[in-house]
Amino acid sequence: MKIYNGKPIIIGLIIFVGVALFPVFYNGGKASPPPEIKLDTPVIQQMTEKQCVLPKGEMRTGHMQVLNEWRTEVVRNGHRVYVAADGKQYNMSLQNECMKCHSNKSQFCDACHVYAGLQLGAVPYCWTCHIEPKEPKETK
Amino acid sequence: MESSRRDLLKLGGACALGLTTLPLVKAHAKSDLPKVMDNPDALKGKRWAMVVDAKKCWEKGKEGCKDCIDACHKIHNVPDIGNVKEEIKWIWNEKFQHVFPGMESPHMAHDYHEKPFMVFCNHCGNAPCVRVCPTQATFKRPDGITMMDFHRCIGCRYCMAGCPYGARSFNFRDPRAFIKTELNMTFPTRERGVVEKCSFCEERLAVGLLPACVEACKHGALVFGDLEDPNSPVRKLLAEHFTIRRKPELGTEPGVYYIV
Repeated sequence: MKIYNGKPIIIGLIIFVGVALFPVFYNGGKASPPPEIKLDTPVIQQMTEKQCVLPKGEMRTGHMQVLNEWRTEVVRNGHRVYVAADGKQYNMSLQNECMKCHSNKSQFCDACHVYAGLQLGAVPYCWTCHIEPKEPKETK
Repeated sequence: MESSRRDLLKLGGACALGLTTLPLVKAHAKSDLPKVMDNPDALKGKRWAMVVDAKKCWEKGKEGCKDCIDACHKIHNVPDIGNVKEEIKWIWNEKFQHVFPGMESPHMAHDYHEKPFMVFCNHCGNAPCVRVCPTQATFKRPDGITMMDFHRCIGCRYCMAGCPYGARSFNFRDPRAFIKTELNMTFPTRERGVVEKCSFCEERLAVGLLPACVEACKHGALVFGDLEDPNSPVRKLLAEHFTIRRKPELGTEPGVYYIV
């Protein structure tokens, strides 16, 4: 079998494969550490029963749906109080309720969102309007 | 396999019975707790409205008093762009001939030419902004408030074209840098590319507070209440005084009344 213009094609292919596989070899064997979510804010530390509005697993996988539902209930339906399964009532507000406990946005929200490659401040774009709590400088 | 008509009917019956199990299970598993509810302190109304007593505003208020504007704009993180074309305003003042165009005359009392009238969103009963909004970001609440859902606003500005009162402002740039007052950490700001306007302080009504401008006016020139409630303060004022509304001929049914 004869390849027309074989020499440049083969060289080009080798270069292409090299460039395409470069990231694999460059990062080879080094797993990037999984994000560490910090829950040690002053408010959470003072809680006797450390419980969010839903069980941890559900919050981890479904917090975005919860936030969407809360937004719809508050903005469009005008209901502002959420009743959790244990009967505890919460003010459905990202800025005034979620962030009261999770006042460490950079170590909580951002930890996973940045790890997952979501652009900071762009996706999810909560913080272009909602005001993030002020964090002490050294924890950032 | 042989199957009789009898067997087939039996099978059908069993299947139909099976269909009833899901609603039964759901009814059984349902908790007694409501998932969402209103704050028990919330102010409830069927048609919120405002009466602006211009005479009280002029007679009792000091010249250039801006208490209501300052209170509103501070609480809602309204920026001060410093440029009339890009100005953001929820409540502001205008002269008579701009508030009630066509009703002015050259020889009316001096006050009417010079003194300010407070203007803000009229929360129209038949709001053109609601009708033209393509995403329903602007919508009518059952209590009569014309509400903005900033999450849905795509910045097309149809509502601004639709509003005959100029009550809506567009964020031509990121407003954060222009918020000159201390940031209210309990209320969001807006972002570039959304329209904003007065919301009758629905976030304050929800916790049992009156609108910020009403609370801020020391002279009671702004009165808030439910139009459908005959005992509400607005109904009392409307019964006692002659009031006018802005451009009623357009059929928008404005919810802001002026005692002039």
